[in-house]
Amino acid sequence: MGEKVLMKGNEAIGEAAIKAGCTHFFGYPITPQNDIPEYMSRRLPKEGGVFLQAESEVAASNMVYGAAGAGARVMTSSSSPGISLKAEGISYIAGAELPCVIVNIVRGGPGLGGIQPAQSDYFQATKGMAHGDFRLVVFAPSSVQEAVDLTMEAFDVADKYRNPVMVMGDGIIGQMMEPVEFKDIGTDDLPEKDWITDGAEGRDRNVINSLYLDPEKLEEHNWKLDRKYEKIKEEEVKYETSNMEDADVAIVAYGTTARIVKTAIKKARAEGIKVGLIRPITLFPFPEKVINEAADQVDKFLTVEMSTGQMVEDVRLAVNGKKPVEFYGRTGGVVPTPEEIVEQLKEVVE
Amino acid sequence: MEKVAGRPDSLTDKEFHYCPGCTHGIVHRLVAEVIDEFDLKEETIGVAPVGCSVLAYDYFDVDMHEASHGRAPAVATGIKRVHPDKAVFTYQGDGDLASIGTAEIVHAANRGEEITTIFINNAIYGMTGGQMAPTTLEGQKATTSPYGRDLGEAGHPIKVSEMLSKLDGAAYIERVSVDSPKNIKQTKKAIKKAFEVQQSGEGFAMVEVLSTCPTNWGVSPVEAIEWLQENMLPHYKLGEVVDGEVQG
Repeated sequence: MGEKVLMKGNEAIGEAAIKAGCTHFFGYPITPQNDIPEYMSRRLPKEGGVFLQAESEVAASNMVYGAAGAGARVMTSSSSPGISLKAEGISYIAGAELPCVIVNIVRGGPGLGGIQPAQSDYFQATKGMAHGDFRLVVFAPSSVQEAVDLTMEAFDVADKYRNPVMVMGDGIIGQMMEPVEFKDIGTDDLPEKDWITDGAEGRDRNVINSLYLDPEKLEEHNWKLDRKYEKIKEEEVKYETSNMEDADVAIVAYGTTARIVKTAIKKARAEGIKVGLIRPITLFPFPEKVINEAADQVDKFLTVEMSTGQMVEDVRLAVNGKKPVEFYGRTGGVVPTPEEIVEQLKEVVE
Repeated sequence: MEKVAGRPDSLTDKEFHYCPGCTHGIVHRLVAEVIDEFDLKEETIGVAPVGCSVLAYDYFDVDMHEASHGRAPAVATGIKRVHPDKAVFTYQGDGDLASIGTAEIVHAANRGEEITTIFINNAIYGMTGGQMAPTTLEGQKATTSPYGRDLGEAGHPIKVSEMLSKLDGAAYIERVSVDSPKNIKQTKKAIKKAFEVQQSGEGFAMVEVLSTCPTNWGVSPVEAIEWLQENMLPHYKLGEVVDGEVQG
């Protein structure tokens, strides 16, 4: 166990990556995630690694694609419009089954949008992101400590499944300072990387590719990927519940919003409203089972998001009609207050 | 019986899929011969492109990494930064390198990225069916320039070698052609030098190979060679390119 240090979220994510063995970082500046490439440019070369500022997000994600294929632990980071540009490379990385970590410090959109915190990239992160049948594992930290832990774990999960893993925060997670501890959570039973392109010395050559001109072969490949995602659904679901024991209403919220909801729940409970929280930590795989089971207990659900309503669709699918699911959202970079959430709760309860 | 000639070790036994008269096969062979001669078969990572040579990974018997349209220099950058002691090459056509991938090639060259790029210029999009390329000549007909390329509308046929040679990171750039045995020999010499430059760590190296596309030009293989000589050679001058000037 290391000692606690006070760090800004973005920088802590960078340090976590280095501690997790990330040797290569390719990125492009975009607000509000710039502290990550800046931190990596200071720290990585000193650790014997490589930082490279690419000419664009498109190039950066394709550099990640090359470096991942070459066997490196590699990361890139960006914010919403930049992630859209990276999506091309990410589809190829997923198609070719390569591991890498992508950090998205989400800002408001669509288009150029704004630079304030939002959760409006939920669809993009969890519903395929780019062309083709593929999924990312998506972690949604709600504190700087959790951002650190999940970033470290992301590298192992990426290696374990040979799949890109996204750590999705927002400007609040990226910019706020909190004490963090860098725990050694690495696993050592990861599969050997015998598929990399490093020059075919003493072995048959390797080819990293996602082209299948024969539709039957591509279908076979896509079902193979799908079986992998099913396995991820079985093994990698993470969530937190609080105050659910006697709850009549369950709020579903993730990331920064979930922190604000926790304050709202304290206030609401002081006013006699029995409300609990289900906080998805993985957005894919989505904790649908715990939400479905909660539907046998609570009367209603309220999903709170910094978007016009994206995760609420997954909550409704998980609840599967058992109970009503209401939605409250602020968007465009507006952060909901605990008071507004309590007001919404009162409406939901009535 | 003693075998006196055959495919280079660095090519697989797989038969090329290229059209009759297409010169990809010649260039593939030259690249493979150079890899063999430098004994780099187990130290080379190739980056395959999109376009007609998208299946290059089936032909080069070395570690290969497929790239998306235009991004081969970025993918190669990622690979090279992980394995700086290995030989990394990209193989790209004119649609790939001179259009959708302009940013990637310019910046890889400008960084002096120690990779070798083989740039096949046949002045047309091949695989997608004969559309206009950035390298399509003035007046040349293509499916998206049916009346011939109009400079006023479509801009000028881009001289990639001249452009890239202006960048400080570009250590070696030569334009060659595979229209004659003499020029094929020169092409091999250039490819060799491009790999040497990479190995010596001098910077970015590129060989632009003027090539044919009988299918999409709508001519016979023999006429294609003649068309290249009569139309491409005057615009795309052969030789080493230094500071935007061909050293003839």
